[in-house]
Amino acid sequence: MISDAASPIPLEGFLAVAAMLFCVGVWGLINSRNAVRVLMSIELMLNAVNINLMAFSNYLDGQLIRGQVFAIFVITVAAAEAAVGLAILLSLYRNRETVDMERFNLLRW
Amino acid sequence: MSIASTTQQICFLVLSATTVIGSLGVVLLPNIVYSAFLLGGVFLSVAGLYLLLNASFVAAAQILVYVGAVNVLILFAIMLVNKKETLAAIPGLLVRRLLSGAVCAGLFALLLRVAFTTPWALPGPTPVGEEATIRIGEHLFTDYLLPFELASVLLLMAMIGAIVLARRDVFSTDVITGEPADQGLIEKDRTPLLIETSANAPTLLTKP
Repeated sequence: MISDAASPIPLEGFLAVAAMLFCVGVWGLINSRNAVRVLMSIELMLNAVNINLMAFSNYLDGQLIRGQVFAIFVITVAAAEAAVGLAILLSLYRNRETVDMERFNLLRW
Repeated sequence: MSIASTTQQICFLVLSATTVIGSLGVVLLPNIVYSAFLLGGVFLSVAGLYLLLNASFVAAAQILVYVGAVNVLILFAIMLVNKKETLAAIPGLLVRRLLSGAVCAGLFALLLRVAFTTPWALPGPTPVGEEATIRIGEHLFTDYLLPFELASVLLLMAMIGAIVLARRDVFSTDVITGEPADQGLIEKDRTPLLIETSANAPTLLTKP
């Protein structure tokens, strides 16, 4: 698709979108009260990293697309993380009957 | 497949706007069900960005795994734990939000500066384009074979771990020693949230 030398979209555009997505994910991770929303923020951050990997793979490593292979592994690990994270969340909810992150403070000094 | 460059730029702008606005909606909307559906929209937009980057296989994997599995899993979790609860007020919440917002804005500025000042080695090698799927298959079965197999083991471990963590069985006695188990540590003795307990209706949860 982007085969001509003068690519119509600069690499920095993709990097800027990924940076924005990552920062929104970090903010949501810090500030969410709901535990499900914390997991969603983690998924946002993983997607930002994947966009970076794919952009570098296309612009700087066009022949051996190692970034795409790496992105596939990241997607796999993200799926496993989501499954285990939501199982932990269900177990927590059965014990504490809440999803408020501020009340999961049993190990806090 | 070849698209005119103006079309590519318009697609990029639309997809980036959808991604950014959707992600802001995911973290800012008060209703978490809307957040989950917006998260699906963000995943679809990111898949569109992958298509702009010559990666049709990863775009398909993104749609299948993220939209089809992760997002549905999150929706199921929301349906399972969606109890109306009034969150207790926390002192200094606004200060915390503003401070973390400032930190994230600083991180964003730093990342942008790095992205725009680094002299990237452009133009790199010509992208393989539509042969990307073939290259990925070659990578997965030659030099990335060990991570590929480890990923399958990881998925098996995650599956068994999720089943073990989320199962509901409550034993009244310890399986190994036969002594009465302390149920307060495992699961609270309470009525299930979703079941109306009338006099003759059976309850699904085993009382210890």
